[in-house]
Amino acid sequence: MAALFLLAVMFLFLDAHLVAALQVVVYAGAIMVLFLFVIMLLSLQEEPSETRRCGWRLVAAAAASLFALAVIRAVWVRGVGAVDVGMGAAPPAGFGTTAALSERLFTQYALPFEITSILLLVAIVGAVAVAKRKLR
Amino acid sequence: MVPTNYFIALSAILFAIGAVGVLVRRNIIVIFMSIELMLNAANLAFVAFARHQHSMDGQVIVFFVMTVAAAEAAVGLAIILQLFRHRETVNADELTLLRW
Repeated sequence: MAALFLLAVMFLFLDAHLVAALQVVVYAGAIMVLFLFVIMLLSLQEEPSETRRCGWRLVAAAAASLFALAVIRAVWVRGVGAVDVGMGAAPPAGFGTTAALSERLFTQYALPFEITSILLLVAIVGAVAVAKRKLR
Repeated sequence: MVPTNYFIALSAILFAIGAVGVLVRRNIIVIFMSIELMLNAANLAFVAFARHQHSMDGQVIVFFVMTVAAAEAAVGLAIILQLFRHRETVNADELTLLRW
């Protein structure tokens, strides 16, 4: 959970102010509270330790670290894309602010933004319908 | 300023941690959290590339990814809740049937 807060700090580093605020509100706020509520509702007993599948565990760790190393190597050897403005150059004024992002959202991305509201409505109705004790 | 390379590397490491969590752990709540971690890793890569290319499009995509993640978390946790009521377990190995 601390990782989600620290990611918000990373977003601030990258001049993404609105995204950083959303990260704190949506992830660290809403989604984590939802997780905590479900964990509380489930009233879990102590889990037996998962020691028996050591081989599978090693394979998974090896594959994942291989993936990470491949990506890191590719980024270091080939650079990060043809459009190389560079991190050193300051972004244009107002980059990543709420005004700039919302201007994009309501002009170029207006249709996906509206579809998003439908998605959230469907998710709310679906979650309530699934989590209800008995459907009549 | 920190180079973009380091943000992409952090994103790859976070994604790898999430993938290991999905593959290794058997508790479905932990698996679900690992999926959220992988989504966050993708978000970090999007924002890093957006900053690198001075384009706002990456941040718009991150906005949509966050919306989808919130919807997914709500529905997924509701399903987990119902599964636990029905089966009294959160172990993914014991939840192998798609029917009740």
